[in-house]
Order: sequence, then C-alpha cells, then structure tokens
Amino acid sequence: MKRYEPILGVLLAAGLVAAAIAAPWLRFVLTIALAKGIAVMGILLLLRAGQVSFGHALYIGFGAYTVAFLAPRVNDGAVLLLAAAAGAGVLGLMVGLFVTRYRQIFFGMLNLAMCMVFYSLLEKLYHITKGSDGIRVEIMPIAGQALDRVTYEWTVFGIALGLAFVLAFLLRLYLASPMGEALAGIKTRETRLEFMGVPARGVLLAAYVISAVVGGIGGALIAMTSRHVTPLLSYWTASGELVFIAILGGAGGVLGPFLGAAAYELVRVYAAASFADAWQMILGAVLLLVILFAPGGLWGMAARAIGGRGR
Amino acid sequence: MAEWFQDNGLLLGLALLDGLSSAGLIFLVAVGLNLVFGVLRIVNVAHGSLYAIGAYSAASIGIFLASRGLPGWASIPALVLSAALVGAVLGPLIERFLLRRIYAQEEVVQLLVTFALFMILEDVQKLVWGVQPIHHDQAMKLLGTIDIPFGADFIPFTNYQLFVLPGFAVVTLVGLAWFLRRTLTGRVIVAVTTDREAATAMGIDAQRIFLLTFTFGAMLAALGGALSSPTAALVPGVGAQTIVLSFAVVATAGLGQIEGAALTSLMMGLGRSIAVYFEPELEVVVPYIIMVLVLLVRPQGLFGVIETRRV
Amino acid sequence: MTTLTRRETLAAGFGAVLLPATLSAQPAPRPAELKIGVTTFLSGPASVFGVPSRRACEMLAEQINAAGGIAGIPMRPIFVDEGPGTDHLVGEIRRLVQSEGVHAIFQSISSGSCLACTPLSRELNKVMLLWDCGTQRIFEENRYDYAFRTQGYGTSEVLAPLLYLLKTKPNIRTLAVVNQDYAWGRDSWELWKTAMDALKPGVRVVAEMFPRFGSTDFSTEITRLLALRPDVIYSTSWGGELVTFIRQATERRLHERTTFVLPVAEASLQILGRSMPEGHIIGTRGDHWNNHPAPANPELFNSFVNAYRQKFNEYPIYPCHHMAQAVWALKAGVEKAVATKGGAWPSDAELAAAFRGLTFPTPTSTITLREDGQGLEDQIVGVSSFNDRFPFAVPKEMMLYPAAQVSAPIGQKSTDWLKTLQPAMIESTGRSI
Repeated sequence: MKRYEPILGVLLAAGLVAAAIAAPWLRFVLTIALAKGIAVMGILLLLRAGQVSFGHALYIGFGAYTVAFLAPRVNDGAVLLLAAAAGAGVLGLMVGLFVTRYRQIFFGMLNLAMCMVFYSLLEKLYHITKGSDGIRVEIMPIAGQALDRVTYEWTVFGIALGLAFVLAFLLRLYLASPMGEALAGIKTRETRLEFMGVPARGVLLAAYVISAVVGGIGGALIAMTSRHVTPLLSYWTASGELVFIAILGGAGGVLGPFLGAAAYELVRVYAAASFADAWQMILGAVLLLVILFAPGGLWGMAARAIGGRGR
Repeated sequence: MAEWFQDNGLLLGLALLDGLSSAGLIFLVAVGLNLVFGVLRIVNVAHGSLYAIGAYSAASIGIFLASRGLPGWASIPALVLSAALVGAVLGPLIERFLLRRIYAQEEVVQLLVTFALFMILEDVQKLVWGVQPIHHDQAMKLLGTIDIPFGADFIPFTNYQLFVLPGFAVVTLVGLAWFLRRTLTGRVIVAVTTDREAATAMGIDAQRIFLLTFTFGAMLAALGGALSSPTAALVPGVGAQTIVLSFAVVATAGLGQIEGAALTSLMMGLGRSIAVYFEPELEVVVPYIIMVLVLLVRPQGLFGVIETRRV
Repeated sequence: MTTLTRRETLAAGFGAVLLPATLSAQPAPRPAELKIGVTTFLSGPASVFGVPSRRACEMLAEQINAAGGIAGIPMRPIFVDEGPGTDHLVGEIRRLVQSEGVHAIFQSISSGSCLACTPLSRELNKVMLLWDCGTQRIFEENRYDYAFRTQGYGTSEVLAPLLYLLKTKPNIRTLAVVNQDYAWGRDSWELWKTAMDALKPGVRVVAEMFPRFGSTDFSTEITRLLALRPDVIYSTSWGGELVTFIRQATERRLHERTTFVLPVAEASLQILGRSMPEGHIIGTRGDHWNNHPAPANPELFNSFVNAYRQKFNEYPIYPCHHMAQAVWALKAGVEKAVATKGGAWPSDAELAAAFRGLTFPTPTSTITLREDGQGLEDQIVGVSSFNDRFPFAVPKEMMLYPAAQVSAPIGQKSTDWLKTLQPAMIESTGRSI
C-alpha cells in the first residue's frame, strides 16, 4: 500500500486540479480543504502517539490572524506564510513545553483550554481584533509578484497543493525516522521507550511543535483564501472538526488528511446546498457511518479497494 | 489588604452567594460527565446535547402541565421526572446501539462517535423544539425571593437560585457518595473505574455496569438541564456552551472523582462570580486559569490517583 | 459488495465533484426565474432571527409569484446557513453566483458575515442587498458599487433610543451597560457612549459588563446591578439572552430600581409576554412596530402581518420586516432597471445602478438608498406597555426619528459625527406619533 501512496497522491492532486478548473467555486472550497488537510497532518502525527488534541484550532486561528495582522505591513503572501509557520511554531513550543507533560484526556483538555483562552482573547481584545466582526485580508502580492484576483486565487490554490505535497512527503520521512517510530512507542508503552533511553517527552514535544507549524500554515492559507478571519476559526468545535477530518480520512497514511478534508468540505457544501437547516445532522451521520462500517476511514476504504492493507 | 476587605467585603459576600448557585449548576452537569468518563473512559461530547434535551423536555412538560391547570408546586417534581425520563430513554439507546459497538476501538474514535452524535442531536433539537427561545419559569416564580441585607440596602435573590440549585447539587453529591461507597453496585462501579481489567477478571459484568453508568450519567446531564430551565431561556446551541466548561471541570477534578468535581465546580463558580465583580473581562477565562494552575501542581487532577506505570 | 476498480472509483468521485458545475448556466437574456441567494442563520443562537426571516421571505416570494412575479418573472430564494462561519459562507456565496447562477444576493444577519462577504459583490459583480446586519463599518470604510443596505444601521438604531431617553429622563446621572461580548455588543456600546458624552456630558458609567456570548445565567451581573442602583441600564442584547436577562432581572425586581433601555427588544417581546416590565424604553431597529399608529400603507401593513400570523401562528418580528424590505427593494429595483431598458433585461451593472438612490415603499413609510448605499429607515422608540390588542408588550408614547436626522452624513464616520452632536439635538429631533 505504501508504494501506491505517491501515485495515489498524484492522482488525487490531478483530480483536485481538474475539479478546480471545471468549477471556479470549487477551487475555493478545495483550497480550504487543502489548507485543512495540511493542518490535519499535525493531528495525525499526534494520533500516532495516541494523543488527541482537542485544541488545534488554536494554531489555525493563530496562523490566520498572523496573516490578517501582518498583511498591511508585510504585504507578501510568501513572507506571511513563513511568518505564520514560524509564529505558530514558537507558540507551539511554549504551549507544548507545558501540555506534553500530560497524556490522554489531560492532554486533550489542556489543548482545549488553550484554544478557548485564545478564542476568548480574540473576542475580548475588541479594539485590536475587531472581535467577531473579524479582519479582512486584501489580495496581496506573492513572492514580489502583484496578482489580479483570479491569478491570485490560482496561486494560493497552487501553493496549497504544493505545500501539501512537500509537507506530506516530509511527514512520511519523519514518521519513518526513529523520532517518528518512537511516537508509536508513546502510544503503546511509554515506559519502554524510556528504558531504551529515548526521552518520551522530547519525542512528543517535537511532534507537537511540528503539528503547530502545519496548523499555522493551514490557518495562513485559510486566511489568504477566505480573505476574512474571525474568532470562530479557533472555537472548540473547529478543533473537533480537525479531529473529525483526521478520522474520516483515516489515520493510516499521509493522504488520509487530504481525502478526509476534501470529503468533509464537499459533504458540507452539498449537505448545506440540499438541506440548509440539517447539514450538521448529515455530517454527523456520515462520520458515524464511516466509523461504524469503514474503520480506517476513507484511506482504509481506498486501500481495500486497491487490494492492499489499510495500515 | 485589610482595607480592601473593609471596602469590598460586602461585595465579596454577594459574590459568594452568586458563586454558590452557579457552582451548583456546573457541578450537576460535570459530575455526570466525570462519572461516565471514569467508568467508560469515553469523553462524551454528546453530554451537552443530553443537557439541552433535558432542559427542553423539562420546559415542554412544564408548559404542558401548566396548560392542564395543574398546581404550581407540581412543576418542581416535573423537572426531576423529565430528567429521569430523558436519561432513561436516551441513555440506554445510545449506549446499547452506539457506544457498545466501539468499546474496542481507540479513544479518539470513541470521542468522535459522541461528537457525531452531538452534531446530529443539535439538529434534532432544532427540528423538535424550533429556534425561538423557550422558557418556563414557574418553578422559579413559585418559590419567590428573599431579601439579603447589603449595608443600608437590600438585595433580592431568588430562592430557586440561592437554595434549590445548590441544594440539588449537595443532595446529588451526598447521594452519589453514599451510592458509590455503600451499595454493592456503587462499589462495583468504583472497582471498574479504578482498574477495569482486574474488575472484569474478578467476574464483574462490565457491560451491565457500562449501561448503568451511562444511563445514570445521561440522567444527571438531563437533570442539570432541567434544573437550569426555570432560570434561562433555551435556544439552539445551549449544549455546546455548557459542555466545554464541563470538560474543564472533569480534567481539573481528576478522572471519575465526584468530590473533585464538587470542589472544582465550587472554585470555578466562585472564581467566575468574583471576576464579574472585580474584573468582568476575566470572567470567561477564569475556569481555564484554574484548570491550568491545578494541573501544574497536581498533574493527575485535584483528586486524581496516579496510575501505576506499566511496562 | 462489489469492488470498484480504481478507475471506476475515481470516475464516480469526479462525477460527484463536477455535478454542480453542470447545473450552472450563463445568465440568459431574460431569465425564466429570478434566483436570489439568501444568507441567514439556520443554526445556532441567531437562528431565532434567521428562521422567521426565512419564513417571511418564502411567504413573500409565494405572494409575489402568485401576483405575476417581479417584472413578470417568478422569484426563487435559495437559502444558505450563516452558522458554520465565514470560510464556509464565503465559499457558499461563490457557489450561489458561479454554480446556482443567482441574480442577486440578500446578505447576512451577522456583521462579521457582511464584512466578509460584501467585498465579494465587487469581485463577482453581483448585486447584494444587505438585509439585516447593522455594522456602520460597511459603507463608512469602503465604497461598493454593487452593495446596498435596505434598512437602517447601528448608528441610528442606537442614537434614537438615546435621544428618547435624554428627552424623557433628562436627569439621569449613572448608567450601566450589559451587552453581549461580540462585535455588535461592543460597537453599540461605543456608539452610545460617544453620543452620550456629546449630548449629556457627565453621566457616570458605573459598570461595563460584557458577559460571554450565549450566556444562560446573569444572576451575578444582576446582583451587582442591584447593588449599584444605576439610573439606567443599557443593553443591546437579543434573542435567548435578552429573554433570560429580563426574566432573571424582573424576578429580582431590578426593573423597580432602574430604567432599561433595550434598542433590540422587539424581537423578544412576544416570547417574554407578560413578563416584560412596563415603562422601559424599547426599540425595534426601525419603524415597523406591530402597533404602529399611522403606517403609510395600512392595508399592506395589515395584510403582511396577518398573512404571517395566519401561516405561522405568531406575529412577525423585526427580521421578518427587514427581509420584507429587501424583497420590496428588489422588486422596485428590478422593475426600475427593466423600465430603464425599455423592457429588456438589465445586465448586473445596470441592475446595480438602478438601486443607487432608489426610493421604495414599505408598509410603514418609504426607504431611500443613499448615495453611499446606506438605506434611510426611520426609527420609532417608545416605552413598554400593555393593551388589549396584544398579548405582549408594545410601545406607547412613541417618538419617530426620521432617518436622515439620526444617521451620520455620507463620508463621515459615525464615531466622528456622534462626537459633534449638540445637546440642543435632544429637543429638536424626533416627533411624537
């Protein structure tokens, strides 16, 4: 299965590009899906260690607001992406130093708490953040190139797709490295890791910082795509959504987050279009069905369809 | 310091009274969540939905009884009755047909099943009860108010909020403590909480205990909702607001610890009301600050037991 | 279960992805139906506004279509939920325009949604009628060729109740504010405070409280207010929170110690019923009170209210009226544009041009869309009272404030303009009706 992954990735990417060409409004939805997929890779990393963060919308929100705040001053998409990634990494390190001392529900809930504190700050510091009105992000030059709207949207889509590839590739390398393999050790028996002289907390912290960085990148891309940021980006249900996507896509491979995010966004759009007042119910039902009847998520389904093993 | 107390002592007294009633409500919701987590090891996101459905049902039943001309005092037992009804119907349904199928799966999957259920139930509430605020405050009105002296002035408090809510919380706490320590079923529940493997090895029917605990937890959630319904208007989304605070209580209290939940609720209730008096902008983040501080000092939660590390 | 080959799976996936694109059609010279995208809250706490407004929209569309449509074309509203947040909503607006091929968009209850989506009117060249959001930032910080607000806005909705308060209770000395902690709560406080400091300097603010959005318990805030005894308590809260606040406050007799000023009260009065205390200042974000003593078109007013009551067994609340205003503005605008082209169907730009400066009739009055896109809607404020006609509180001793007198002039920011107000304005503005 592993060797099919790159081929499937290319096919999935080709599919996304074709869909984005065919329907301009889908380009927007798919860019958001790619951005969320990138962020969900961080959730996947932590899931390898058996830890569920119920607060990663913190980094999405942080990345998005970094773009919104710095855009008038910096005004270059490429620089802003780097700034969001670096900022989220620093924040992830600070929060991570604290939360990686904890496991299971404590880890999950402390992340939730951090996320909710950040959300509250975005609402409370009204004069800086404009509260729930949010901040608008104008079309910006990328890497020094001034762009018109359509080119800009294609460029952000392209960047999201490119980053998805690069980051997924790096994540695969990381998971196969000793640091990545050690994550599974945290999940099964942490004590054994330490007997072998591997500092479990350090392993988890590294993964946590990486997850924060990709969360920040995802958030920055969302801000550059929807071009308006609001505190809702880091409400706790948004964190739940990320975990939702991770499980929907399947935790087996790095393609899972992208399958999950694309499926999630499309189901939401179609559900909202057909049943505007019951889309939550439809999303919930889809998730239940996947969990109950397709363990391993969409990735697992794809794997079975090809005939390999999901994990 | 002494001077500050002279100036603000009276206000502090008022804050204590307010804090007690708010603590009572926090406890009623959180203790059910904590119990379920202790035994089933599932963070039940749908606990918030059960709270909301309990509240809506209580209001509906109250309105129905009033329309039939039943005497006002009947509205108080009706609150408890509707909570028991919601718990006894929905609890077993959810446990039997949903949770039981996924006990063998990873924690994150279990959590997401309840998240999916939460999304579905959000829309179900909307379909059943509509979107207009619903309220039925006969119980609060019936009990009237009491004037608390405040310097030369007096402050009216509703007896419902000052006595009934904290009273129910205390009765629930004492009743639960007695049940868990003195009855056979209660002790079995404690045994499963402490060490599930050992308990099942000794011949305890874990399935029965799971069903029992979950139903009981559902009843407590519904009771919290039902008791809040006379004071608050019910609108869509009320469950999401409530559950996130309960998460913080559970993590701070220590898993499955009812006394911990009581103490935490008290701290959070008082903390929030004191904040409203002296630094209102801090009110929202107070619970999270308390949580972080407690977990810094006691990583396993206030009353949590450090689990033996297994090799 | 049949196993799909990889190609089949992908093909199936593609079919599903591309389906909506095939539904999209180039706007025909004269469309068979007038498609209107409508964004409103269908989930979450603000659905208390969203669902009634959706009903009003559907009802009016039926009525209009039964009477021959707009310029001879039946209208079809397509609803979109604002609930899931801006990134979803912005995508939905694009879908409405690029896939559903809507001809115009009625946009948003939440200020956040409006601020995020209105710039899309420029990018997509689609007419947007802002039907309910109140933020003054929209037209004061930007110019839009395709966006118009078919109702009043925060500045007049806050200033009118303030003028009423200062006229009827000139001796107030202390004031407390309890607003929801989000943009409207903060904005409406800033507007009020700025205007109050100009019109009556020296009123002391004894407490500023912004409880969490969606709070269900205000007992602590109420205790503090009971202890502080401010002359006035100002609150622009709405929905379930206002209902909860009023009930908890009246139960503890806070209303006997103070005067409430509630500019958004109207939408909650039916639910509050008899528990709303009498003698407090209430507003409706406009002039469409159910007991309006002299509506401009009483027949139309009664037919709208009665049709809504018959269908849904309740009185329409202000979001229903705001939705109706958008529908009537659309009708007037489209018919004007068609008439200008001598019966031919207008392009998007021509349709937008028709709305600038448009004056359209409402049952209570007329609304003019100003040069900057802002609608001029009169404000009526009064004190709560009960009569035999309604099972809920309605205003009495009503004052009407003409929109032009309580709106910031074009080109000025509301907060700058409010600073320049003179105390004489209290007496000179508004008239009893």
